[in-house]
Amino acid sequence: MKENVSQIVKKLGPIFGLLAVVILFSALRPATFATLDNLQIILLQTAVVGTAALGMTFVIISGGIDLSVGSVVALSTVTTATLLARGWPPLAAALGAIVAGLLVGLFIGTMVTKAGLTPFITTLGLWGAVRGMAKGLANEQTVIAPDTWLNGLLTSLPEDKKWMLFPPGIWILLVLAVIMACVLRYAIWGRHVFAVGSNELTARLCGISITRTKLGIYLLGSGMAATAGILQFSYLTVGDPTTGTGMELDVIAAVVIGGASLAGGEGSILGSLIGALIMTSVANGCTKMEFPNWAQEIVTGGIIITAVLIDRFRRKGIS
Amino acid sequence: MTFVLSMNGIRKSFGATIALAGVDLNAAAGEVLALVGENGAGKSTLMKTLSGAYKADAGEMFLEGRPYHPANPHAARHAGVCMIYQELSLAPHLSVEENILLGIEPRRFGVMDWKTVRKRAADALAELGHKDIDPRAITGSLSIARQQMVEIARAIASGCKVLVLDEPTSSLAAKDIERLFHLIRTLKDRGCAVIYISHILEEVREIGERVTVLRDGKSVGGGATSDLSDSEIVKLMAGRDVEELYPRTHRQRSEPVMSLENLSGKTLPRDASLVLHRGEVFGIAGLIGSGRTELLRAIFGLDPVVAGTIKVEQISGPASPAVRWNQAVGMVSEDRKREGLALNLSIEDNLVLSQLRGLGPPGFVLPRKVRRTAREWIQKSRVKCRETGDSINTLSGGNQQKVAIARLLHHDCDVLLLDEPTRGIDVGAKAEIYRTIDDLARQGKAVLMVSSYLPELLGVCDRIAVMSRGRLGPAHPVGEVDELSLMTEATKTS
Repeated sequence: MKENVSQIVKKLGPIFGLLAVVILFSALRPATFATLDNLQIILLQTAVVGTAALGMTFVIISGGIDLSVGSVVALSTVTTATLLARGWPPLAAALGAIVAGLLVGLFIGTMVTKAGLTPFITTLGLWGAVRGMAKGLANEQTVIAPDTWLNGLLTSLPEDKKWMLFPPGIWILLVLAVIMACVLRYAIWGRHVFAVGSNELTARLCGISITRTKLGIYLLGSGMAATAGILQFSYLTVGDPTTGTGMELDVIAAVVIGGASLAGGEGSILGSLIGALIMTSVANGCTKMEFPNWAQEIVTGGIIITAVLIDRFRRKGIS
Repeated sequence: MTFVLSMNGIRKSFGATIALAGVDLNAAAGEVLALVGENGAGKSTLMKTLSGAYKADAGEMFLEGRPYHPANPHAARHAGVCMIYQELSLAPHLSVEENILLGIEPRRFGVMDWKTVRKRAADALAELGHKDIDPRAITGSLSIARQQMVEIARAIASGCKVLVLDEPTSSLAAKDIERLFHLIRTLKDRGCAVIYISHILEEVREIGERVTVLRDGKSVGGGATSDLSDSEIVKLMAGRDVEELYPRTHRQRSEPVMSLENLSGKTLPRDASLVLHRGEVFGIAGLIGSGRTELLRAIFGLDPVVAGTIKVEQISGPASPAVRWNQAVGMVSEDRKREGLALNLSIEDNLVLSQLRGLGPPGFVLPRKVRRTAREWIQKSRVKCRETGDSINTLSGGNQQKVAIARLLHHDCDVLLLDEPTRGIDVGAKAEIYRTIDDLARQGKAVLMVSSYLPELLGVCDRIAVMSRGRLGPAHPVGEVDELSLMTEATKTS
């Protein structure tokens, strides 16, 4: 029974955390925080980090880490804007950005599996290199792009489209999340991701191809980061090589708050999404409280540490 | 007799696993007490409790008549209880003298008093009769035997009254064993109580005056070594007669299923050849480090093959674990915790990991089917657990090992490579694993099994070959060998 209780706590822990944050700010600022409009704003603010967190969840469950996410987001906004400016149709421009992301993922995966570099070092290198590529491609300026439907992904819906409930960007996040959750839980490949992260030697003993699994993981991770970059482009409406600076840390924090273990073998898509929501709700709430920026940063940092501490105590409780 | 150390009714459990269920142990000054027991009997846990690494759940300990409850190994050492583990605990980058006085460094005005360090280290080495070890040498550059001497010198320098040696000869050559025994006698003469842990009966006879036997976490008997016969000690260790422990039904050896020809790895094995038949259990004996594990790993594609061929059902080709599983060859790793199982995954995930196909639509697995399949195997293998979704970490070592073997049953393997399948588990679980192996052989599967425990090989196998320095000897029918002949073959120098 003891384990069952702790498993439930583990699954619901992040949800309780989110509820606590929402209730706290709703009580403190009922007029500005607890409104439908603000809920939508929180969702919009979560979309970019949340999408990148979907990929990061796979990376972290496999025992890896990806520090290049923020730079890939920037590269993706610049690629999208550049291709649009050259007259590509919006969908092709977006796909182009995703291909750029996949190339980054292919490089990480190759370095990690074939050259034996650690993901930390490989992606730390790319954290700088990809940012540099984005700046080079953009000539160190923002890239102006023509107005297309891509700009409307993350803006509030016009009156005639209210039936959609949420802006398309949110739907993209939700649909991707459902697909990724199913892959993680029901696909053989998803089970392999857990096995590799839990114990790579066992996975190898059981005939799982470590190379193929990890290559897939980093392709997915960078692909999701590039998708997040398209949403970020939609939000900015320009390509900006300096955007997303430090975003990798927000993404990692969201996944970890959501219950994943940096040692690998644990984590869930729902948890990561809730982790991302907790991060944006806190930021949003602090703004409504008119906290200065520095205070917000302290609060966010405190939440990350508290979440991991609670998780540690839970683990100690069962062992 | 007055005892310098008494342990009474010591109990210790880890989660569901009861490691110690009431152990009594007494040691007098100036005697060597041999502590024997099979792997998993609780010897190491008991000694870790003595040295303060674990805290007992119940029971009491006395050192020189005073209650003794060390909070940690440092406190134990301070009180005069020192441990020499199988894996030496020296800092390889420090000098010999620094290691000898590590943690008890003499200080003057807050800085290391190097003069006293040198003197005390040299004294300790001299007392052991090992003036030949240079106190300034970097410890990691010495041979294992010498490093062990350094570690014993460390115990002397801290003024130890009780010295525990945990299987100290496992990595020593015959000549070094002689020197170690000589040294133990020196310590004894100084009035030190020595507890000597081993499962090699010859050693126990040579060095121990009294013996205490542990089984399933309990002290089950003992006495003066001269009063007990080997078979009496073995019976105390196993807790039952040998025939009862090793079932052997009628097996029918049929056609060959796997053959090795002059197989060589990077360093081990060298030129190994054997033919494995359906319906037989083939045992590989040999010392640790002789290349037995490397042979299995090479067969399974975990280690590279440099020369020679492996044929499974007449098919040879590049080996990898994935290829082997596809050929219905499965392997159980010798290292359950590091390699055999993914400890933070569930029991069911560990069980089905090598074969997820067939548990859902193509490319997918359904948790419901995984659970149903796992339950079936858990029942057949008699794994004691609450839910198949629980973490495998909640199981005892024996039950974990049953899951590791059940993975091969779920995969329906024809050839089973088992590396030390009963290491570190209790006798009850061992008996069940022996029965599973017997069942498999009777069904016409082929089992290739490596073990360091000769009675087990003699009890379970149909044929046994000895590995020595990477070379695999001829296969002997089990009726033609005994422990002595196997041991002789394993330790021969040429």
